[in-house]
This record gives sequence, structure tokens and C-alpha cells, in this order.
Amino acid sequence: MLRNAWLIPLLPAISFVLILLVGKRLPRKGAEVGVGMVGASFALSCVALVQWIQRVDDHEGSGGGGHAVRGLAKALVPAQEAAEHGLPGVAAVTRSFTWWQNGGVKFDVGIQIDGLAVMMMFVVTFVSFMVHVYSTSYMEGDRRFTHFYALLSLFTASMLLLVVANNTLELLVGWELVGLCSFVLIGHWWEEKPNSDAAVKAFLTTRTGDVGFMIGIIIIFFAAGTFDINGINEYALSDGANHTLLVVGASCLLLGIIGKSGQFPLHTWLPDAMAGPTPVSALIHAATMVVAGVYFGARLFPVFYEGFSIDAGGINAMALIGGITIVIGAVLAFVQRDIKKVLAYSTISQIGYMVMALGVGAWVAAVFHLFTHAFFKALLFLGAGSVSHSGSHHSFDMKNDMGGLRKHMPITFWTFMIGSLALAGIFPLAGFWSKDEILATAGHADFEFFLVVGLLGAFMTAAYMTRCVYLTFFGEYRGHGQPHESPPAITVPLIALAGLSVVAGLINAAPLGIEKFTEWFEPGVAFPVLEHADFNYTLATVSVLTALIGIGIAAYLWFQEEELGAFKGLTQRNTLAHAGYAFLENKYYLDALYENVIVASIKGAIANVSYWVNQHVIDGIVNALGRGATTVGRATYDALDQRAVDGAYNGIAEATGDTGGLLRYVQSGRVQRYALTLFAAVGALSLALWLVY
Amino acid sequence: MLAADVALNQYLILSAFLFCTGVYGVLARRNGVLVLLSVELMLNAVNINLVAFSAFTRNISGQVFALFVITIAAAEVGVGLAIVLLIYRNLRSPDLDRVDQLKG
Repeated sequence: MLRNAWLIPLLPAISFVLILLVGKRLPRKGAEVGVGMVGASFALSCVALVQWIQRVDDHEGSGGGGHAVRGLAKALVPAQEAAEHGLPGVAAVTRSFTWWQNGGVKFDVGIQIDGLAVMMMFVVTFVSFMVHVYSTSYMEGDRRFTHFYALLSLFTASMLLLVVANNTLELLVGWELVGLCSFVLIGHWWEEKPNSDAAVKAFLTTRTGDVGFMIGIIIIFFAAGTFDINGINEYALSDGANHTLLVVGASCLLLGIIGKSGQFPLHTWLPDAMAGPTPVSALIHAATMVVAGVYFGARLFPVFYEGFSIDAGGINAMALIGGITIVIGAVLAFVQRDIKKVLAYSTISQIGYMVMALGVGAWVAAVFHLFTHAFFKALLFLGAGSVSHSGSHHSFDMKNDMGGLRKHMPITFWTFMIGSLALAGIFPLAGFWSKDEILATAGHADFEFFLVVGLLGAFMTAAYMTRCVYLTFFGEYRGHGQPHESPPAITVPLIALAGLSVVAGLINAAPLGIEKFTEWFEPGVAFPVLEHADFNYTLATVSVLTALIGIGIAAYLWFQEEELGAFKGLTQRNTLAHAGYAFLENKYYLDALYENVIVASIKGAIANVSYWVNQHVIDGIVNALGRGATTVGRATYDALDQRAVDGAYNGIAEATGDTGGLLRYVQSGRVQRYALTLFAAVGALSLALWLVY
Repeated sequence: MLAADVALNQYLILSAFLFCTGVYGVLARRNGVLVLLSVELMLNAVNINLVAFSAFTRNISGQVFALFVITIAAAEVGVGLAIVLLIYRNLRSPDLDRVDQLKG
């Protein structure tokens, strides 16, 4: 299966085509094709996962031992020593063929299946499968149901293509397809202006980052001389690598990650992307769009590692971007009324954790957080969708249409609680293990600043999720309807995701002696030797306590006091608080900055220049061409057509007429004249013959 | 058999005289019937030539040709007279100068 992993992205792609072609004629409008194909793809991913794990285990058993050294005591083994062992880990399974060749440069298409890809395929297909199942009920009766399923499949296929790609060009194709699909799906209900605006905004904002991404790919190609991911990674780690090119290339690539993964300062598209249907939000946030950036960062990690000198500690661009994003995302989550926007800002903040983790060299922690986050964030989004579907009449406004849903929707409530606690990082749920690993590595590897940022983020995460849960499920019901539990197609995926949100973290639970995640998924070749921090009990306790304090404060404020508690009316009474609230309400004025300052200024200048060019250059050329054509046409008419062509035909006609006029005298019609001519001719000939002989 | 003392030239001169008379008749007469008669004269001039050469060279084929010519001439006169008759009926005159409907 590892060698045939190309089947995994192919199945959803086939599903896309099938649904488009015959979806509308099927009894379930194409949903059965999507669910079936993605389900099959998920099954294949599971097979690939199992085979990969066997491969790693066999490798260890046969004495390869790379991971044995990195086992329990690996943090104790200094980096140099591990490097001296020189034990190659399990190599990726690659397979490719030449797409086209041009002047000695070969462009391949292929797959590179290693631990990271296998893990990612599992996450993507699992979440996508859940979303496909969920949507059968959630999107029921939608006017573009078939269309929705087709694109959902294409979205999954594109992300899987990005995951299996073995070179940066192929990855770029997947990357752009993901962007395109998200554009179409966010604008699924495009009839309403805000939705299509959100889609355009998402597309253009990520595109801004993609420009950097493409430039980065090109720079890295000229540095390493190859598009092959493995080759690039080996080049980045080799002694002969050009450090300047790596710095510039890594910075450009980071711009792409910032755009795609919703990092500061290009995060503004992500909350607006909530205009799309909820299952799409779940897919974008948990499995496809935004994690693509983190996945890319993990895939080409050596480039960033060398480019940003991550081993040196201190502060670097990647970690800084991640750190800033954690805080600004979490703060904005407090002032949202829309439950999905709370989750969107939460995603921004959590992806910030992953980018920061990559920035501090915590590769395993970043990927591990991606893994666990996928489950509980998909769970939270689908839970929010369930609430709006059955509890609040398709509204996402927590303050006006929700509240007190705990009793009406027990399954949704409990699964949402699990998701929230996992997100807040409460022991022993998934989020605890991955977040703790990030913090531990940050603290271990001379990145104390980011340890503090991470703890601050954990505190705020716990607090805003408490607010969100309170507003949605506790207090009095404020909506106008009959809230009830959602149908099984919605609750079953919730339960499945909740189960994984509980146990997924245990795969890398250091105190229990399980570090399977590191063992299975950390690349063994073309990878920098990273220090793995020990599990730090103090830190773990501190982080859980921080989260609990966050929950406690938030709960006190909202539970003890009526409605909005002590904060009620604060923004009206206190000018400073009011200003701060307004600042947050307007999302730091970043949108205003982008639209009114940056876009407006550029727009005017571009428009003026374009107008000038249009008036003077293009019009000039067009007019000159027109005049030239007219002149040539007139000359042709006069000289060629009138004189040469017409003259020739008229001349021929006149000559024919004249000849005819002359010849008509011969044609007298009198027999005897003809006979005379005949005899005269015979006489003349005879005379000639007689003279000759 | 012609007498050996009569020279071939004498036959040929007779024949040429008859032929020239025929040509003159064809070109100069206006009456269609007389034109046909002139044509007969030309044909018989040729016949005399053929027979004369046949006798002097002792080759019988010239006389056979003469017989053929007589036969064809009979047929030709039949057709020619029919045409002249039709011209006469249409134009009320045997005058060939008036038959110039094909003038260009």
C-alpha cells in the first residue's frame, strides 16, 4: 500500500468527477459516492498507516536502531552523539516518473510516503470522512447539494495530493487547488453578498502569501538545484548549502505559510471564511486548508531549521510569528458573538502554537499538536454546526439565539465539552499532551520567551472556551424555537471525534512510557538531529493550573454574576475599557488598514497608472494600427485593385471583343465564299509545294 | 482498253479542263442545282484521272476507286438535291446567295 499510496488522493478525485457527471441522477444526489470514495480512501490510509508502523518496527528489530537510541532516553543523548551513531532511520517510500524534461532539468511527479505523510493522510481522510457523513444530514435539501459534495471531494483530493507530493512543484499544485476549493466552498451560498465577499477575501489574502511561496520555491530550486523534497532537505543540511539563499527562501516560504495557515498579519481571512457551510469550516480548520501551511513547514523543516538558525535559540521570525498569532487570536476570541468565529480565532491561535513549535525546533510537538488539534477542532466545529442545525435555527449568534442547550442536546453538549477541555489542554485529554510537549521543548531549547507566550495562550484559550461553552449551553435559552438533539448522521461523527479527542494524546504520553508518535512519525533521513525535551512535571502542572485558573476566572465571571457578570456594562462605564473593546471589535483595525490604507493607496495609484497607460500607450498603439491599416487599405484599393486587377480583366475582355469583331467578317454565312476560301487555300498550298520541289 | 498511241497527258489535260470548269461552276453559279452539276463535273474529272492512271500502270485498283466514286456521287446528289429542294421551298428561290442566315 505504501508504494501505491497515490490511490489515496486519486479516489476522492474520481469521486469529484463521478459526482459532477452523475451525482444529480443518484437517489442521494451524489452524497453516497462522496461518502463511499472518501471512506475507501480512509480505509487505504489506515492500511498505509499500519504498514508504515510495521516498517518502522521491522527496522528497529533488525538492528537499525535509529529510534532505539532516540527511545526513552533520547533527551539525555546529546545531539552530537546521536549524529555520531550515524544510524539512518527508516527511509521514505518514494516512487516517481518524469513528467517532462527540459534542458537537463527534470520535473517529476511522484509520491513520497514517510511517517509524516502517513499520519497526515490518516488525519485528512478521517476528518474528511466524518465531514462527508455529517454533511448528509447537515446539508440536506441544500440547493447545491451535489455541487457541495463534488467540491468537498475535490478539496480532500487536493489536500491529499499536497500530502503525498514528492516535489515542491507537485506540492504547489495541491496547495493552489486547496486554495481554489476553499474559495468555492466558502462562497457556497454566494447569492448573499457577504459570503461571496468572504470567499474573495480568503482567496486574495492567501494569494498574497502564495506569491511569496512561489518565489520561495523558485529560490530554493536555484539553491538546491532540484524540486525534490528529499533532495532539498539533504541540501539544506549539507555543509555546502548557501546560507543566504536559504534565509531568503525560507522567509518567502514562511510568507506562504502565514497566508495559508492564517498567521498574523494575514489571518484576517479566516474568521470571514465562517461564511461557508459549517462542515466546510471543520474541514478547512482541522484537516485541509490551514494545516497545509504547518504541514509544509514540517515537510521542508530542514530549510527553515537552517534558514532561521533555529538551533541557535533566542528569537526567530517563525517562532515570533507563531507567538504573536497565539496571543492576538486568543484575545479576539473573547469579543466574538458568533460561536464559529470564536472557534476560528481559536484555530488561528492554535495554528500559531504549531508554527511557534516549528520555530523553536519542536518538530514532533508541532506535528503532534496538528494531529490532536485536527480531532478536537473538527469536533468543536461540527458541534457548533449541530447546535445551529437543531438548536438555534441556523443562527450562530451565541448571545441572542443560544443558551441553556445543555438539557436539550445532551450528546452535542458532552462532545462539545470534551472538545473544549481538550482544546484548553486539561489532563489527560489530547490537547494536554501536545500543548505540553510544545511548551516543554520551548522551555528546553533556549526559547523561554515563547514558553511564557505559550502559557499565556493556554490561559486565554481556557478562558474563552469557558465563555463560549457558557453562552451556548448554560443559562436560559434565548432563542425562539424548539431545540432538540441532532440526527445520528450528525451525532455519530461527533462521538467518534470525541473519542479520538480523548485518546489521541496518549500516543505520545511520555510519563506513561509511550512515545510512539515520535518513534513512528519523525523522519529518519534528511532531518536535523533535534533535542527532545523531557517530560517536565512542573511545567505540566503549571500549564494545567493555568488553564484551570483561566476556566475558573471565566466561569466565576459568567456563572456567579447575572448574564455577563462584572463585565456587564463595563465597556459603557469605563472609557478605557470601551476603547479597548472597540479596538478588539474592529480586530485591531487590521481589516481597515488593509482595505483603506494599503489596498486603497495601491488601488488609486494602479488605477491612475493603468488609465494613463491605457490612454497614451495602448490607445496610441491601437490608433496608429488603425490609421496604418486604413492607409494600406486605400493604397491597395487604388493601385492594386483598381489598376492592376481591374485593368487586367478589362483588357482581356476588350481584346476578346475586338478579336471577335474582326473575325465576324470571315463568318459570312455564304457557302460559296467558304468554298472560294477553300480552293484559294488549296491553290496557295499547291503553289507553295510546286515552288519548294 | 485505251489505245496505246493516245498519250497519258491528253487524258490529264481533259481531266484538268473538266475540273476547272467544275470549280468555276461551284464558285460562280448562283443556282443550287447548277452548283450540284458542277460538283459532278469535278468528280468525273477525278474519275477520268483514276481510270487513266489505272490503264497506264496496269493496276486495276484505280478503276475500282472510280466505281466507288460514282456510287458515292449518286448518293451525294440525292442528298444535295433534297437540300436544294428544301431551300427552294423555304426561300422561293434556288439562289444560294440568299442562304446567309449563319452570317456572323
